[in-house]
Amino acid sequence: MATLDTIRRSLHRNVRARIATLLALPLFWLVVLYIGSLAALFITSIWKIDTFTSKVVREFTLQNFIDVFTDKAYFNVTIRTLFVAICVTLICAVIAIPMAFFMARIARPRSRPVLIALVITPLWASYLVKVYAWRTMFYPEKGFINWLIEPLGGSSPGFGMFAVIIGLTYLWLPYMVLPIYAGMEKLPNSLLDASSDLGAKSGRTFFSIILPITWPAIIAGSIFTFSLSMGDYITVQILGGTFQMLGNVVYQNFSLNLPFAAAVALIPVIIMMVYLGSIRKTGALDNL
Amino acid sequence: MRLSLPARLFLWTVMGFGFAFIYVPLTLVVINSFNKNTSFAWPPTGFTTSWWSKAATNEGVRDAITRSAIVALTATAIALVLGSLAAAAIARYSFFGRDAISLLFVLPIALPGIVTGIALNNVFTNFLGELTIFTIIVGHATFCIVVVFNNVAARYRRLGSSLEEASMDLGANRLTTFRLVTFPLIRSALVAGGLLSFALSFDEIIVTTFTAGAGQNTLPIWIFQNLFRPNQAPIVNVVAAALILVSILPIYLSQRLTQEKSAS
Amino acid sequence: MCAAREGGTVRVMKLRKFAALMAASTLVLAGCSSSSDEEGSGAYAGPVKDTPGTINVLAWPGYAEDGSTDPNVDWVTPFEKATGCTVNVKTYGTSDEAVQLMQAGGYDVISASGDASLRLIYGGDLQPVNLDLIPNYKDVFDNLKDRPWNTVDGKNYGVPHGRGANVLQYKIGKVNPAPTSWSVVWEPNSPAKGKVTAYDSAIYIADAAVYLMATKPELGITDPYALDQTQFDAAMALLAQQKPLVAEYWADYTKYIGAVQSGSITVGTSWQVIANVLNGEKETVGAVKPVEGATGWSDTWMISSKTEAIDCAYKWLNHIIEPSVNAQAAEYFGEAPANSKACALTANKDHCKLYHAEETDYWSNVYYWKTPTENCLDGRTDVKCIPYAEWVKAWSSFRNS
Repeated sequence: MATLDTIRRSLHRNVRARIATLLALPLFWLVVLYIGSLAALFITSIWKIDTFTSKVVREFTLQNFIDVFTDKAYFNVTIRTLFVAICVTLICAVIAIPMAFFMARIARPRSRPVLIALVITPLWASYLVKVYAWRTMFYPEKGFINWLIEPLGGSSPGFGMFAVIIGLTYLWLPYMVLPIYAGMEKLPNSLLDASSDLGAKSGRTFFSIILPITWPAIIAGSIFTFSLSMGDYITVQILGGTFQMLGNVVYQNFSLNLPFAAAVALIPVIIMMVYLGSIRKTGALDNL
Repeated sequence: MRLSLPARLFLWTVMGFGFAFIYVPLTLVVINSFNKNTSFAWPPTGFTTSWWSKAATNEGVRDAITRSAIVALTATAIALVLGSLAAAAIARYSFFGRDAISLLFVLPIALPGIVTGIALNNVFTNFLGELTIFTIIVGHATFCIVVVFNNVAARYRRLGSSLEEASMDLGANRLTTFRLVTFPLIRSALVAGGLLSFALSFDEIIVTTFTAGAGQNTLPIWIFQNLFRPNQAPIVNVVAAALILVSILPIYLSQRLTQEKSAS
Repeated sequence: MCAAREGGTVRVMKLRKFAALMAASTLVLAGCSSSSDEEGSGAYAGPVKDTPGTINVLAWPGYAEDGSTDPNVDWVTPFEKATGCTVNVKTYGTSDEAVQLMQAGGYDVISASGDASLRLIYGGDLQPVNLDLIPNYKDVFDNLKDRPWNTVDGKNYGVPHGRGANVLQYKIGKVNPAPTSWSVVWEPNSPAKGKVTAYDSAIYIADAAVYLMATKPELGITDPYALDQTQFDAAMALLAQQKPLVAEYWADYTKYIGAVQSGSITVGTSWQVIANVLNGEKETVGAVKPVEGATGWSDTWMISSKTEAIDCAYKWLNHIIEPSVNAQAAEYFGEAPANSKACALTANKDHCKLYHAEETDYWSNVYYWKTPTENCLDGRTDVKCIPYAEWVKAWSSFRNS
């Protein structure tokens, strides 16, 4: 017990030692296991494959990057993926912000846990089942959407980019609502009262007061929707028809051409790193 | 804040639309679990409860649920320990590299899951030789740590260090302070983080596809294999419907817990 | 390398050393992969003992039915009961998926088509099979024995399962008149525009080549897997022409079935088992081998080089080509069986005739899946053919364009 005591005392005195002890295990996990495996993956992007057996051969080549950057198809799929991710984020925000505001400020305090529980519950329904439910809804002849709008003269839009955007919006909506709700909760009532006392209409109060204050929370939510959309391939397979996104490219190639898949996988990683870097200033990372 | 009538109407409309949007597909899932026709055409032609009884006796489902539960519990346990350790360090102290480490703790969920998946798959198949339940757990724990970290760090920040300092001024050492003062205060954040981490792990498919070995079916993998099969798809809907119903209570309770703690 | 200078030198060098160490350890870490495949050890000497074990079987859908698709269709459970070996079946959708899963490890037995088998053999993932330990092998049709896709350097790597063509499937009533040519999936004026499906694998480029063999003979294609640059470009152009007609590309056969049931797909390349299941679900479809011929497959049951249940693996191989089992499997899937004695045991007495199991003419325009290589598979030496890795690249680019 004497040694335990000495350890305790030296930890008490030495801040750095305390920090190091706390961080040792988590950092080991994240740096060695996670960053390490990412590094091992991206290293393969400069290697080749044996053209017959598809196994990785450790010879240096830049061909993978040349292929990714010179082939117009990969530029197109990157733009398409970005477009989908941005659309999903915007639509989620448009729906989530009013909902979060209502739940945080208009709903009675006793009903707030119920409302939040109702928003979170879909996270417990399997991702795959939710996407499949949308697939049945989008069926061209026998789907729910078709049944709904046929009397109005329309027909199901079928599988494709539109269906993917709707599906992804559906899946990530709770991830957008939760951080924004937390941000709305922290809005000081005094500011809102002052604003309407000064004569501002609801719209003005929203754009001038509420939006700027909850902006970090909105950005925090957007990290989820953006990154989850950038990498998704399963929803695309189920709802996309012949539409493809970056995740599909990586998935198609990782077994037969890992170096190439690694090179393609760098694209969404770089995009996300740039995005994360640019939003650090907004303090969004504290709002997750 | 006083809201004009148009503003109120607008908010109520969006709430209504939002909840309808969220719950129509889920209702469809529940309806389809009673659908006689296996192709899920709409409107359904007939109803039956046979799928529910088939699901109850299906061995594949039970095996998958058990494995998913084991993986989720283990990953959550690892995440609770590692996540709160890291949260304590980041939220309480400032040191060189803190921002970089903060960023590090966002990466597992900020980077696309497929990248994590193939990276882990590459490492596991080359170094460990094969994929087992441990490889699944490792994959899940990696992003679960982030979830717990976020919750606990947010709580630490909200608490401030005054209570802990007071406790130590009164003579308690750090360990006792943690046990009697800090831990009760962060407990509900741990519960919330743990629940969310369990939910994410239980439903995880993207990373799991790459880290699960032959025959190692977690529930999402079992669902993926049976999603489109004519005889099994309704059972999948039964499982999903059951999950939704089973999870409503714990979620509500955990929300009440966090609400009470933060109401001050 | 910049010249070292006083003062800042030590720091810079320390940083460099650190960076070098990080880089080196990453390379070492990545380099410490599992030992490169040991040269294919000789085949199991035998005899096959009664050791219980578990085998993980990788199979095409319909090949190793264990009752989970249809409780009445099961030739796995009887095997488990008779031998005490446990069998876990995993199905896959494309040969590429099969290669990836086998290379990832964990599977003991696989039913591989010709476009996967050689890649796995050369990759060291399979072991030679001692055919003396498989009594049922002697009854296999002679023209399926010792074929280039299952025999390398005189060593056999497995037992044949059966063979078939990739058929043109169409929804009866939705596609009129009943098609007899692949033109309905390739030509821009197809009546099924927007409801066509195609196979989601690079090997489908060969199907484009098969169509070109009939419609553009001036290209001179004799083997759809031996394409020089000009021929390959023509095939890719044909695929680009087809894309607007396609509703979805399929690799998961159950998803395909659901899509036909929902009406989003009415015609396209398919397997007989898919048509059989659909007809069983009252979705009447027809399936034909069109006049231009078709790609096809001749599948072999093979054993992993890393299996730990070698006795169960051999017992499985012997069981699956046993006449009654081969008959069940061939009938359920809808293909020509490999065992000549199976023909007498099929429920439908005309099965072997229907699937041309004992003929040779039918197979003259069925081009079994095989892996394209740079050395042209049709024997041409004046040109270089496109190897499969390039097929995959072109297919990926095409699918994402």
